[in-house]
Amino acid sequence: MSIPAIEARDVVKRYPRVTALDRVSLRIEPGEFFGLLGPNGAGKTTLISIVAGLARATSGRVTVMGHDVVSDYRTARRCLGVVPQELVFDPFFTVRETLRIQSGYFGLTRNDDWIDEVIANLDLGAKADANMRSLSGGMKRRVLVAQALVHRPPVIVLDEPTAGVDVELRQGLWAFVGRLNKDGHTIVLTTHYLEEAQQMCERIAMLKAGRIVAMEPTRELLARLSGVKMALKLRGPLPPALAPQVVEQSGDRYVLKVAQPADVESVLAACRTAGSQIDDIEVGHSDLEDVFLQVMSDPAQKRAA
Amino acid sequence: MNRIEQGALAPASPLGALPATPDGAGSLVGFRTLLYKEMLRFWKVSFQTIAAPVLTAVLYLLVFGHVLGQRLQAFAGVDYSAFLVPGLVMMSLLQNAFANSSSSLIQSKLMGNLVFVLLPPLSHLEFFAAYALSSILRGLLVGLGVFLVTACLALPPVNAPVWIVVFGLLGAALLGVLGIIAGIVSDKFDQLAAFQNFIIMPATFLSGVFYSVHGLAPFWQWLSRLNPFFYMIDGFRYGFFAQSDVDPRVSLAVVCGSLVLAATVAIRMLASGYKLRG
Repeated sequence: MSIPAIEARDVVKRYPRVTALDRVSLRIEPGEFFGLLGPNGAGKTTLISIVAGLARATSGRVTVMGHDVVSDYRTARRCLGVVPQELVFDPFFTVRETLRIQSGYFGLTRNDDWIDEVIANLDLGAKADANMRSLSGGMKRRVLVAQALVHRPPVIVLDEPTAGVDVELRQGLWAFVGRLNKDGHTIVLTTHYLEEAQQMCERIAMLKAGRIVAMEPTRELLARLSGVKMALKLRGPLPPALAPQVVEQSGDRYVLKVAQPADVESVLAACRTAGSQIDDIEVGHSDLEDVFLQVMSDPAQKRAA
Repeated sequence: MNRIEQGALAPASPLGALPATPDGAGSLVGFRTLLYKEMLRFWKVSFQTIAAPVLTAVLYLLVFGHVLGQRLQAFAGVDYSAFLVPGLVMMSLLQNAFANSSSSLIQSKLMGNLVFVLLPPLSHLEFFAAYALSSILRGLLVGLGVFLVTACLALPPVNAPVWIVVFGLLGAALLGVLGIIAGIVSDKFDQLAAFQNFIIMPATFLSGVFYSVHGLAPFWQWLSRLNPFFYMIDGFRYGFFAQSDVDPRVSLAVVCGSLVLAATVAIRMLASGYKLRG
């Protein structure tokens, strides 16, 4: 078995008032595009902070490319590039100075060719000698990505990278991150935009109240938990037998969940038997958002983890 | 199509291999870069970080030297303005060494950009040394600036330059390290301001910058001797006048002891990640 890009074993993080992570274990393989999802306060950023050495676990062990983040932090940190959630910058420096200094922190002095390449690829060329303070939010975000890449880390963590970023930049950023992944980088992503996670991530872990409540390949997760979504507009009452399947209702419009496409027929039959006429019908696959809501609201999932 | 979408980036590093190798294992490039960054930080705003304190010290000399000069003689045979110069040099040096590390840390904490220093493979000792050294440098630059300008107005004799350099260095180091502690402990600007206004300012002002403690009542003399700042200024002044309130060797011991204590506290804080690595 290859060395995992990131491995967490029984990680616990306790603060005086709250347990932010409760025995979290996960293994991210090299080259994966991995999504870390969960509501605010679920522990995503805490977990990333522990991986990055910004916080210390109360107990448990974390490695990056096989290097312990505490006992072998120098190597572990050299293997890791982190794009922080907040739009932070150092107002004293220009873009190029920022990147040179960041290279230096990683022990690299002759890194200008690579810095130029990163600048060009992130479309920062025109602003390379501008002070950080004068940059727009989107540009600052790109610099943060560039800073995470100056030391060519094999593992890149992006913590909510598209929060508050305009659509164009978001798409550009994803195309770029996708390329990095194809080139062999392991990508770990936390995001609130479930659509992005669904599109980009091969595998997803869902965190809730400090525990992992689901972790599997995105496709399997969708297949296992989502099923088929049916929206019906009825003239007449909904047959009582169908009530447990309703996930959403507004007036005479009902959204029902059925396990598989074949079950659509039985729903239609039930309506016919009850004498309710169907005015409109839509059938489709539910998406990650539905899965997410389902996992987050299901107490059994919590126990299963 | 813009370049960000083409993503023409070359493969960064093969799977499983280490990223770009640093210039020699165990090299001090990371430390040197942090030191350079800290120096660049105050140098870029040197008007505020160096010129302003020099001007303040000159104003002190002009006002106090003029008003008190006719009435006071701190040391026998020494003109009051000349007596004042070393004290002002040391006061500016100490205050600016403290301001450098403390304000750099609190600004980085509040702006969130401290993360750029916490993510790289820098050890807590490298972190400590870079912040302390840049503060020493700024303290010495300001001290030198104050000396050069005030010496034009009232030149004190220079009797033992070694003592001047030793106390200047140690004083800047002690305050730079105290600044690191204050910067780590404070969560807000006003907490740092409280450090500055209620500890550093009174301690420097009451350390004998403007007077010789021998002129004080016994109780105040006794109190002054509890203040480590008194020893820094007294020892520093000894280098100029070869006169002091206490033996400079005693001052040296007190200042060294204080520095070791402060450095131990600061290094322990950094090693444990106190307030910096949640």
